[in-house]
Amino acid sequence: MSKYREACASGKFVVSGEIGPPKGTDVEAMVHHIDLLKDLVDGLNVTDNQSAVMRLGSMAVSHEIVTRGGDAIYQVTCRDRNRLAIQNDLLSAHFLGIRNVLALTGDHVSVGDHKDAKEVYDFESVQLIQAIKRMNEGFDWAGNELQGATDFFIGAVVTPESDPIEPQKLKFEKKVAAGAQFFQTQAVYDMDNFQRFMEYARGVTEGKDVKIMAGLVVLTSVGMAKYMNKFVPGVFVPDDLLEEMASVPKEEALHKGMEICARHIRFCRDNKVCDGVHIMAIGKEEIVPDILRMAEII
Amino acid sequence: MIISMQKPLEEILESLAGETNVYIVGCGECATVTQTGGEEQVAEMKARLEEAGKKVVATDVAHAACHELDMKRIFRQNKDAATAADAFLVLSCGAGAQSVREGTSKHVVPGTNSLFVGNVKRQMVFEEKCSLCGECLLDEYGTICPVTRCAKGILNGPCGGTNNGKCEVDSEKDCAWVLIYNQLKSEEKLDKFMTIHGPKRWNAVQRPGRIDGRAADEEKGAA
Ligand code: SF4
Ligand code: SF4
Repeated sequence: MSKYREACASGKFVVSGEIGPPKGTDVEAMVHHIDLLKDLVDGLNVTDNQSAVMRLGSMAVSHEIVTRGGDAIYQVTCRDRNRLAIQNDLLSAHFLGIRNVLALTGDHVSVGDHKDAKEVYDFESVQLIQAIKRMNEGFDWAGNELQGATDFFIGAVVTPESDPIEPQKLKFEKKVAAGAQFFQTQAVYDMDNFQRFMEYARGVTEGKDVKIMAGLVVLTSVGMAKYMNKFVPGVFVPDDLLEEMASVPKEEALHKGMEICARHIRFCRDNKVCDGVHIMAIGKEEIVPDILRMAEII
Repeated sequence: MIISMQKPLEEILESLAGETNVYIVGCGECATVTQTGGEEQVAEMKARLEEAGKKVVATDVAHAACHELDMKRIFRQNKDAATAADAFLVLSCGAGAQSVREGTSKHVVPGTNSLFVGNVKRQMVFEEKCSLCGECLLDEYGTICPVTRCAKGILNGPCGGTNNGKCEVDSEKDCAWVLIYNQLKSEEKLDKFMTIHGPKRWNAVQRPGRIDGRAADEEKGAA
């Protein structure tokens, strides 16, 4: 069983981080981040052409994490590959020792750096979850028997601050029904809202072994917080946090953001709001160990 | 209706470089409604080409430029002009241009870009609602097509990018999945929303599509 899956099964408060592969062959900073975090967290997500920007692949980097003794959560989007390519990739990833998959539909090419590319979306997230489940059961999507089944821990995402929320909730329920075993949420900042969402989500997953991790993106400045409110769909930074970020001089803003993140981790853990957290420091992974210390995770 | 837009004149002139005698073909159906190849636009194009030193040997607005037999008939009737022409400029959709292709072996220049199959919201406002996928699923979705109207063609509910009911890809457009949700809810059919749909059968129609309905008609006739 993968380390991340084991952590989820153990009932402990699960913590994951995230690695964004570089655009190019210079992997020095990335490898440094992997080594820095791999033993401090239960798993590391690896993004897949995040924001539709072409980069080093998530499978190769996930493999590197596993090779270095960490555990990878391999992100797979449906934007760039059809069903043959995705299943082929899943078998390849399994061969390389990758065992956790996060199934995503994927950002549209129009937000990325190859805007004239043909987006695929042959599968989307719900179907991808189903497909992985079938491969775990020993069959490909077309119903052919696999020569050896996969053993993936199947993850998905949900956006608790989506507007409107009702259709998003139903989609979450479909992901649970399709076979998702763990969820990492889109970034959440309003803990009251999140707690309410979790009450609902717990109702949906009752009797099922489904783990839900709060997605926490570290605020780095008041400007970034405002930007997210304005431009990132499904993300809401409440006024009191904006004020808190604005209350300190610019050079202390990052530290304030780390404090807020650590506070939210403690809040989720101490109140048993959810089963863990997924921390995204977006290029500033070196601050994650400090956040974990501030939150008394390590 | 096929929604098309005229190509820039410079591009058309570039395609016609070295050719003097031009036969302009328009279309009385879609390209008339979209004002890209109706009587008026064909007359305008004639004037612009003449200004650029071309000789327009004939103009014809076909009833429907995509009708190949009609097209051949028109060129037979206008044999002299068709013979005199160095090139044909087609102000209809790409289907129309290829229908002209069937009627002549000369240079055929498409004068428009074909954009999508569109509904006419009001005069000169068009929206794409069907992408001819070969297997219509509308009844599952409150007759709002997710294949076409969701930017990602998602069949199982909104992505995380829906924003105030608008699409993350274009804030001017409604999120199809919010529309579908509202419609199914008003019909009290949210159970349809909960159905998990597999991926589309993209080869429900083998592309390029071809239907020969004559055999079926003959069978009916015989019965
Ligand atoms: S499902 Fe959509 S694209 Fe397919 S035929 Fe129906 S309306 Fe057209
Ligand atoms: S916002 Fe809505 S319409 Fe746009 S891609 Fe997402 S689900 Fe589709």
